[in-house]
This record gives sequence, structure tokens and C-alpha cells, in this order.
Amino acid sequence: MRKLFLSMFAVSALAAGLSAGCTAQAAEVNVYSGREENLIKPVLDRFTAHTGIKVNLITAGADELTTRLELEGANSPADLLLTVDVGRLLRAKEMGLLQAVDSDVLESQIPAQYRDSEGEWFGVSLRSRVVVYDKERVNPAQLSTYEDLADPKWKGKICIRSSSNIYNQSMTAAMISHHGVEETEAWAKGLVANFARQPQGGDRDQIAAVAIGQCELAIVNTYYLAGMINATSAEQREQASKVAVFWPNQQDRGAHINISGAGLSAHAPNRSEAIQLLEFLVSDESQTWYAEANNEFPVRAGVPVSATLQSWGEFKADSLPLEQLGIHNAEAVRVMDRAGWR
Amino acid sequence: MGKHGSLLAIFVLCVLLSVPVLTIFSSIFDSSDGVWQHLVDTLLWSYIVQSLQLMLGVGVLVLLLGVAPAWLVTMTRFPGSRWLEWALVLPLAMPAYIIAYTYTGMLDVAGPVQGFIRDTFDLRFGDYWFPQIRSTGGAITMLSLVLYPYIYLLSRMAFLEQSVCVLEVSRTLGANPWQAFSRVAVPLARPAIMAGLALVLMETLADYGTVQYFGISSFTAGIFRTWFGMGSATAAAQLSAVLMLFILVLVIAEQWSRNRARYHHTSTRYSQLPQLKLTGWKMAGALVYCLVPVLFGFIIPFLQLAWWAWDTRALVDFSAFSQLIINSLRLAFTAALIALILGMFISYAKRLQPGMPMRTATRILGLGYAVPGTVIAVGVLIPFAWFDNSLDAWMRAQFGISTGLLMSGTLIAVVFAYIVRFLPVAMNTMDAGLGKIKPSMDDAGRSMGLGPFQILRRIHIPMLKGSLLTAALLVFVDVLKELPATLILRPFNFNTLAIRTYELANQERLTEAAASALMIVLAGIIPVIIISLSISASRPGHDKRT
Repeated sequence: MRKLFLSMFAVSALAAGLSAGCTAQAAEVNVYSGREENLIKPVLDRFTAHTGIKVNLITAGADELTTRLELEGANSPADLLLTVDVGRLLRAKEMGLLQAVDSDVLESQIPAQYRDSEGEWFGVSLRSRVVVYDKERVNPAQLSTYEDLADPKWKGKICIRSSSNIYNQSMTAAMISHHGVEETEAWAKGLVANFARQPQGGDRDQIAAVAIGQCELAIVNTYYLAGMINATSAEQREQASKVAVFWPNQQDRGAHINISGAGLSAHAPNRSEAIQLLEFLVSDESQTWYAEANNEFPVRAGVPVSATLQSWGEFKADSLPLEQLGIHNAEAVRVMDRAGWR
Repeated sequence: MGKHGSLLAIFVLCVLLSVPVLTIFSSIFDSSDGVWQHLVDTLLWSYIVQSLQLMLGVGVLVLLLGVAPAWLVTMTRFPGSRWLEWALVLPLAMPAYIIAYTYTGMLDVAGPVQGFIRDTFDLRFGDYWFPQIRSTGGAITMLSLVLYPYIYLLSRMAFLEQSVCVLEVSRTLGANPWQAFSRVAVPLARPAIMAGLALVLMETLADYGTVQYFGISSFTAGIFRTWFGMGSATAAAQLSAVLMLFILVLVIAEQWSRNRARYHHTSTRYSQLPQLKLTGWKMAGALVYCLVPVLFGFIIPFLQLAWWAWDTRALVDFSAFSQLIINSLRLAFTAALIALILGMFISYAKRLQPGMPMRTATRILGLGYAVPGTVIAVGVLIPFAWFDNSLDAWMRAQFGISTGLLMSGTLIAVVFAYIVRFLPVAMNTMDAGLGKIKPSMDDAGRSMGLGPFQILRRIHIPMLKGSLLTAALLVFVDVLKELPATLILRPFNFNTLAIRTYELANQERLTEAAASALMIVLAGIIPVIIISLSISASRPGHDKRT
């Protein structure tokens, strides 16, 4: 028994040493990704197939990865930081963790609004936070704007997830950017007063709650509904069939938009490979894949979107420079704390 | 190396392992830009109240679920009691966040149970009452269902190790079986029960997965909200430090309240336990009482996971999946072995040298368990990165060679974090075991000319076999379930079962997450059953049964 233990220990120690020891030989690029493995690996595998460049991947929350990048400092192996929210990219930029990229491809393909003015981060896909409503009980003519959701006519009718969630923080940050802190706080208080229940669960849970009648409206990201419409579970498909999408603020500023994006790490050891990967992420092939597999909107105009997204029609997007979302993120959290948004 | 040299070495080791905890403490001296003022103005109080509610609720519920069943399966016989003996430990294999996902999937407003009620009785939402699963009560229930086995295991171990004489004496003094339980056996088992309760409460405070999923503003949820939402890592570390101070006060208060009482075995006479055969309604009551925790803590969620996994089996990539299993098992095994060895030496050193420095060092070390894994991970990342970068700078300056990051981003850092976080589990278990061995045994050993290591090897280890095995396997199962530290510290292209489960569940794909969740549970069952059986076999005098 003792021998068995010792030999197993030796093997695992050796294996740990080996996996630590094998580094750079062939061309490769190291990615810290805030996007989960199954949502990014397929694109990275295609990149490897096209270029022969190996992609090494670590996935975790963007905040944790940013902390790791910061502490590892100049010796960090990371080349690219991928996040699913612009606020995190902006924070990484402010912490000096990113560097500017000068690329004609990126600048010509990505609209200016969806990339950093100094070239330190680039959006690669878009998502909108929209209102989903109960087709039976809500007349869409009554819906208009995000601002209107704080109106007492919606009392006890709105479902939304916790304010700890980054998408709600970004939406509130956009509101601050448009209306200032005071007005946003009044709006948040009105919205909280209209909640059908304490915030809980994820976006799919809010859609389900609308479907079974616990609330009439929910505020969710587009790809969650698209995911439910195309789900393997019949139950989720049925829930999704009971609701419809409403694009808010189409008469004024447009629907709230966020990006998933990437930035080149300040000390990237494989700079040119990393830029190749960035450019690949906005190529026709990757953009189509994002639109088909993840139900996100392509960051480039003219790329076809999935049938589900097409069925929701064209919409006007908020033209707010996305940097604003990052700038107001901490203030947004404070506003939501004060409004009692759990 | 003499006795003092070894003790010094162990002391240094304790200090080294305390570095992450101390790193977090040191944040207290940094400034955090008015974040505290904001917290005091808004949510700090509700964080504290929520966490206290959780602790109180979980504390009471785990005692109810753990102590009495341990006594019943140890001291009585009823149909199924042999089976329940080990089945009561099974929920230990179930990570808290997974049981929370599973019950939510079943019991939430949109889930099958409420859907069935609506369809059957033709009701709409709001027409009927149903308990809200995502609530403080729900979180208390979920955490208790998977944490009570700590209490069960440790109190069962204590009951098994108690001398029958004490109980016989209590019976001759006129106590009935209930009084023997409540006035003799439980008070004697107090160190073990308290050790278990300490683990449970620390794990409750450190839990993030469940509270976050249920939208509960606990103190830990507040730490992450402050860190991620406001970008204030300093304030988050300070909140963690406050959490640790709170635990420290609890631990010291408990030890102080025990005063100078000691709980050694007083007799070396062990006969077979006189197990009372239960009949009639007593039998039915005992069976139901012991069945409830197993049913809700294991059987129901297990079946639900199996059902989901079967539903989504087409989506599983088996070669990638087997790699995940190997990775998880390899890490768990390595960490368990290291924790066993270190825990044994440290517990033993504390016994030999119960002075202030050693007590302080082990106490600080023990706090690791109460800290959320993510915070521990950052506490590990800081010193490792500092060491790697300093070494690199020095090597560049001296020899023009860059060593890069030697240890950060390797499995060494991951295992180190596991040890910091889970060594307290091993130490608590071993301390409880060691505490029951009379110091006169050590004296006897010494009088026969044995050195401290020989006493350890020839007297204590044989007597502690059960505790040691339990300690190692508890760490093994804990590492299998561990998520946040692995997530942040792991090397490139390295995933575990827990990570796969979390990533899918995080995308709100619960049914697809079931396959890997089920694997974590299955991998944990075997060690859990071994723990259970070894405890039965560890009873002093067990060999004499035949």
C-alpha cells in the first residue's frame, strides 16, 4: 500500500513538473478568456487549422483573469485578454494591462463606436439588453423605453436578475451616461418598486418567469432568448414561444448594446500571432460563427445573422461610445445599492 | 535534527502556509477610496445579518441532521441501519452549488414540480402557495443537506470511541437511553461535534456559488460585489480580513468556553457496543429520521442529475471528458496526500509544544477554510508572482537569464492553494482524534525510551488510523468539488470536472452541466464510503469483536 501511494505521488509530482515545463516551441498564442471554453474554443480551433498557430487557453471570470494578469506583471505569458463585457476591457486598459494595436483590418472592419479610440481593445460581437414581454397579457403599444419601465403602471410586473450581474451594471452605467447620476437613481428606485419578485437566477429564469405568469416583462440579453428558442429541451422552447422581444428606445437613443471583445496584453510575448488572432476574430468566418452558434450580433455590418435573430427584425442600437459603460460602472453599482436593487 | 529542530521546521512550515492568509490581512493597512463609507451607508449591515442568519440556520439544521442519526446507527439496530451507517455520509460527495442548481431546476416556479401542480389543478401562478427555493431558507437547507455529514462523521467517530463503561455507569446511575445520549454521550463528544460545526460554519461563510445563485446578499457575496462591481480589490480583501477575524473570535470563544476540560479516554476497556434493537414505532421513527438526510441530500438530487445527464448524453465528448476525470482525480489525490502528511506533523507538533507561537501559527493557518476560494487564490497569486518576478529580475541582473514565471500558473500553485484552504479540515479531524489519546500514553512511550517520532509512529499513528484516513479522504473530496481557486490559478489548457460543470451552469445550461456534475459525485462516492467503513473499523477494540 505504501509503495503504491509513494509511486502515485511521484507520478503526479512528475506530471505536474512536466506540464509546467513545456513552453514555447512552435508558434503559439496564449489567451486569457472571460468567455467559457465551449463558446470560444471552436473559433480558436479554426484559427489553428488555418494558420498552424497553437492557441493556449485559460478561462475564468474576467475580473479574476485581470487580477492574475496584473500580479504576473511583465512576465505574464498572456497575449490576449478576452471578455464578454466592455467594462472589464476598459478597467484592464486603465490598469495599464493592455497595449495599443495598429491594424488596418481591425480599424476598417470594426465600427469606431465598438473599439477603443486608442486601439487598446476591440469589440468582436454584439449583444443587446432588451425587454421580453408576455404575448398574451402585454400590449406592446404600451412599451416604449427603458426609462418608462420605472413608471408605476408596471408595478409588480417586472422580472430582472441581480444587480451583481455585469449586464445590469452596464445598462445602468449607460443610463448614467445619458441622464446623470441623480436621474438614474430615481429611475432605479422606480424600477425596483416595479419588481415582481426579488432579483434571482439568470436571464433564462426571468424569461421562464414571464412564460409562467409570475411577471409580465423581463429585461434580458438577446442571446439567452435565442438560446431558449433553439434549446434541446422542449420545455424551454415552449416557454420561449410565449414571449416576444421589444426593442426599447427606438424613437430616441436606441437599444442598449454591449460587446464581447479582446485586447492585446501589455507584455504579450507573442505579439504578431496575437494580432493575427484578433484579426481572425473579425473575419467573415468567425463573425458568421458567432452569429450562428452563439446567437450574437456580428460587430461588422453585412454579415448574415441566424434565422432567430432575423425574425426579430432590424433595430436601432444606442450609439453611445462603449467606453462610457466602463467609466460609470462603479457609480452604477453604488446607485443600484442605494436604490435597494439586490 | 533534534526535537527542537523538527519543531522549528514545522513552525516555519506553518508560517509559510499562512502567507496567503497574512497577505489578505495585510490589506487592512491599505486605503480603499471611500468604498467602506459607501458600504456602511448601504449594504454592510444587511451582509452581516444575512450571513449570521445563514450561520445560525445551517448550524442548527446540521446538528439536527447529524448528531442524532450518528447516535442511532451506532447504538441501535433497526431495518436498514447497516446501510444507513455509510449512506448518511453520501451527501458529502455533492457540491453545494450543484445541489442548489438541481433543486432549483426541480422546484423553481418554472420547474416540473410547480408545472405539474398548475397543470393538474388548472391553476395559474399566484393561485397557490409554494415555498420559494431561492431564499435564505432555501440556501440554509441546501448548505445543511451537504454539510451535515461533517457533524455525522465526527460525532459518530466520537461515539464509537467512547468507552462503553461510561455509558454503563450512567445506566447504573439510573439514566435512561435518552439521558445517556443527551447527558453523557453528547457532552463527551463535544470536541468532535464542535470541530465538525466549526468546519460547517466556515464552509457556510466561504460559500459563494449557492448564495450567488440564490441572489442572497451574504458577506461573501458582498466581497465579490465590492471587488468586481466597484473594482476595489483592496476593500474586498479588507472585507475578507474582517470575515477571518470574526472566525478567529468564534474559535477562541469556543476553546475558552471549554475551559480546562479535557476529553481523553479514561478507560482502556472496550467491549462490543450493546446495540439496542428497536421495534415498533421507535423503529419506524429512527428509520425515517435517518432516511430524510440521505433522501434529500443525495438520492433525489442524484436521480435528477442522472436523468438530465441521460437526456443530454449525446452532447458529451468522451475523450475530453475522461481527461477531465483524470485531471480532477490527480489533483485531489496529490493534495490529499500532502495534506495528510503536513496535517499529521503540525497536529502532533501542537501536542508536543502547545505554547503560544505554535498555537498562534496553527490558528492563523486554520482560517484558510473560512475564506472564499477566490480570495485565497489571490492570496496565493500575490506571493508566488512576487517570488517569480523577483527571482527573474535577479537572474537577469546577475546572469542575463530570464527565468520567467517559474511557479505561478503551474499546478504547484494550484495544489498550494488547496493545502492552504483544506489543511484545516485535515488538522481539525486529526486534532479531535489526538485529543482523545491520554498524554500518559506519550509518557509511557517516553519512559520506554522512545523519541517523539517513534511515539508518533508506534503509538499515535496506529491509534489514529481512522482519523488519518478520514482526514485524507475529506481533503480528497473537497478538492474534487473545489472550483474558484482552480479556476484562477490553473495552467493553460487544463480543466477539471468542477470547471466544466460551472462553465455550463453559468451559461444557464443546467441539463448539459449534469454529466460532469454527476462525475464529481460518482468520483466522490468511493472515498466517502471508505471513510464510513474505516470509521466503523477504527473503534478501539474493534479487532476483539471476532
